[in-house]
Amino acid sequence: MQSTSTMEAAPAGGAAVDGGYLLEVENVRKEFPGVLALDNVQLKLKRGSVHALMGENGAGKSTLMKIVAGIYTPDSGTFKLRGEDIKLRGPLDALEHGIAMIHQELNLMAPMTVAENIWIRREPLTKLGFVDHGEMHRKTADLFKRLNIDIDPDVQVGTLTVASRQMVEIAKAVSYESDVLIMDEPTSALTEREVDHLFTIIRALRAQGKGIIYITHKMNELFEIADEFSVFRDGKYIATKLSHEVTRDEIIRMMVGREITQMFPKEEVPIGDVVMSVKGLTLKGVFSDVSFDLRSGEILGIAGLVGSGRSNIAETIFGVTPADAGTIDLFGKPVRIDSPSTAMRHGLAFLTEDRKETGCFLLLDIQENTQMAVLQSGYVKNGFVKQKQLTKDSVEISSLLRVKTPDMSEPIINLSGGNQQKVLIGRWLLTKPKILILDEPTRGIDVGAKAEIHRLISKLAGQGVGVIMISSEMPEVLGMSDRIMVVHEGRVTGFLDRAEANQVKIMELASH
Amino acid sequence: MSTNEIAGSANVIRSKKRLPPEVSILGVLIGIAIVFEILGWILVGDSFLANKQRLSIIILQVSVIGIISVGVTQVIITGGVDLSSGSVVGLVAMVAASLAQTSANPRAVYPSLTDMSPIWAILAGLAVGLAAGFINGTLVAKTKIPPFIATLGMMVSARGLAKWYTLGQPVALLDDSFTWFGKSFNVFGFPLPLPVIIFLLVAVIFHIALGYTRYGKFTYAIGANPQAARVSGINIGSHLIKVYAIAGLLSGLAGVVTAARAASGQPGMGVAYELDAIAAAVIGGTSLSGGVGRISGTVIGTIILGVLTSGFTFLKVGAYYQEIIKGIIIVAAVIIDQQRQNRRKKA
Repeated sequence: MQSTSTMEAAPAGGAAVDGGYLLEVENVRKEFPGVLALDNVQLKLKRGSVHALMGENGAGKSTLMKIVAGIYTPDSGTFKLRGEDIKLRGPLDALEHGIAMIHQELNLMAPMTVAENIWIRREPLTKLGFVDHGEMHRKTADLFKRLNIDIDPDVQVGTLTVASRQMVEIAKAVSYESDVLIMDEPTSALTEREVDHLFTIIRALRAQGKGIIYITHKMNELFEIADEFSVFRDGKYIATKLSHEVTRDEIIRMMVGREITQMFPKEEVPIGDVVMSVKGLTLKGVFSDVSFDLRSGEILGIAGLVGSGRSNIAETIFGVTPADAGTIDLFGKPVRIDSPSTAMRHGLAFLTEDRKETGCFLLLDIQENTQMAVLQSGYVKNGFVKQKQLTKDSVEISSLLRVKTPDMSEPIINLSGGNQQKVLIGRWLLTKPKILILDEPTRGIDVGAKAEIHRLISKLAGQGVGVIMISSEMPEVLGMSDRIMVVHEGRVTGFLDRAEANQVKIMELASH
Repeated sequence: MSTNEIAGSANVIRSKKRLPPEVSILGVLIGIAIVFEILGWILVGDSFLANKQRLSIIILQVSVIGIISVGVTQVIITGGVDLSSGSVVGLVAMVAASLAQTSANPRAVYPSLTDMSPIWAILAGLAVGLAAGFINGTLVAKTKIPPFIATLGMMVSARGLAKWYTLGQPVALLDDSFTWFGKSFNVFGFPLPLPVIIFLLVAVIFHIALGYTRYGKFTYAIGANPQAARVSGINIGSHLIKVYAIAGLLSGLAGVVTAARAASGQPGMGVAYELDAIAAAVIGGTSLSGGVGRISGTVIGTIILGVLTSGFTFLKVGAYYQEIIKGIIIVAAVIIDQQRQNRRKKA
């Protein structure tokens, strides 16, 4: 990156760095069905500053950002922009008020050019009403020059790297003359050099008096780029501090500083022989050199931040995305797992993270959802499904799991999240697995159903099933696991035994 | 629907049977028939329904479409579509006819292969259909190109093959033992054509296959959520090949029946049949977004198409108007289907 001095000398658009608040959001409350996502939260953003939002997964950062960006409407709370009370009617309204969000999933149209993407809906026109491509090119070039971005405005966005696309997104946000820029983990897909470039641009924007809200999980970024930060925990606002005032440990304590109040019905069960031994498992570009043993009756928790590769490891073990390198031994024998059906033949079961995308058959009823996996291996004679027996067993397992429904022909879409999850667990229990992989088994479900699922997991372990449980919820991981494996950026950063594990230790391993 | 809240207390789960969704489609069929009956008395002074001959012809006219539609329904349930059926009918009709000619024909396609048992013509026709379906399925499963494109390619190429086969000449003078498959029989004084029996037989077989076999369960699963199906251990690729191959086989069967009925093979046979077959499936409640559909609904959808054609002819409505109205009815059926799905999602 070249010197940024020219940019910092650029006119600050009248927005002097005077310490006045650009954005003040107070007493914000947002409830989703069954979850209080934000409880009396505040955020005060100064002009010409980078304000980081910190917190564990599910702390409420993203919800708050979506409120600021006009995507969600808060249930209550005040919203002041440049000292004036406003009410946003949607993302477009936010944009017109000068609030732009740079999304984690990039929202660009790949087949169109960079310039077309930036000026979409605002294309400069000729007198005859045609798009003035010359003018559009010129405006884009100007914008890029201002931001010191070196991208050809006429190239297709689809041909750009992720980093370049991110630059285009930022330029687009700046082109709206936005005062508030929201960046949600902008560095998650960038290389170190690209991160440097991004930070240069962020500093230039700050010098121009913009306010930047910056969500990150990475501690070192916080110290490098942020002036201030606010910590959230379980949907509550904890504190706002200047970033040079605090140490890393203090921040971690603020992020996790709660006691485990929920009870976890983990029973002590005898732990048996190794049932699965994973060595050097690697999926290029996603995770590498993952090794661990799982014993019968053991619950192995996998902790780590979203995007650390936790779920990918589970998917690879189950054959959804076969490994590039490494070995898996099951019950002492090496096996090659190249598809989910192979994994199932070896006694594995995998409850996926995303109920809607990879779990439920939403159009089908409970019975069909329950029986789909077991049909690979049983209840079929000469191609015909032994429906009577299968229905009887499905009903039995659904009753055992307390699926709340009057009958099995209810479409699964009509069930609550917790009940859908129970149906999916039932689907796997029908296959009588010896190794059960659970990815976020209780995400988004109410406390009662949660406890039931925890009790069930514990019971299965008691029957000798080896359980791998991925969870973003610290209390869950700590409460349920015999051992915890922590993953950070595709690598195993450590194992913690039940006795020694605590939130601070996990957080340290998870954020390195 | 709020049934899930009711059961909070007791935990008795039953497995009860619901009213099948075809009931509403059947209602539509009956409604249309009644409208024609009433209009018949008013406009023509005659009964539409009290005519055995007409009832038999209604189904006969659509039995070929119906056979195709049974296969197409399965493809659509997986979330795909098959545009090649009509062309496969044409190609198969040519191939089957060329192996069913009599030696009385001085210009037979294969002069040494005349007066054979009809079994060879039928087997060859079915094999060609199966091969076409297998290619469709393999393209969809292995290259992951959209089914629309894969089967569009087959539609164009198979039609070309049908024309190339005899350089555009029709294949005529077929053996009686072959054309027998297009004939009618009197069953209790009711004229029942063999193509209708074949159609109903095929429909029953695949109604059972979809409802009661692993093949059927997997077909719905893939259409309902391919990712979940994969994680549930279903081999999507090989299953899709099966489904498209079956659709091709049934198109082949439809081609054989077409040639037998017409006692000839013509390269232009079956043009646009795929669209009628898709329409029959959709009218019968099959969802183009996959995961939903039943053969019983498709059979009713097919009969609705037949009743429309027959009814309009009976009322002496011009052919042009018939097509216009038919188009509107197909679109209306899809609109209703979508609203039904949206309601389901909201519930």
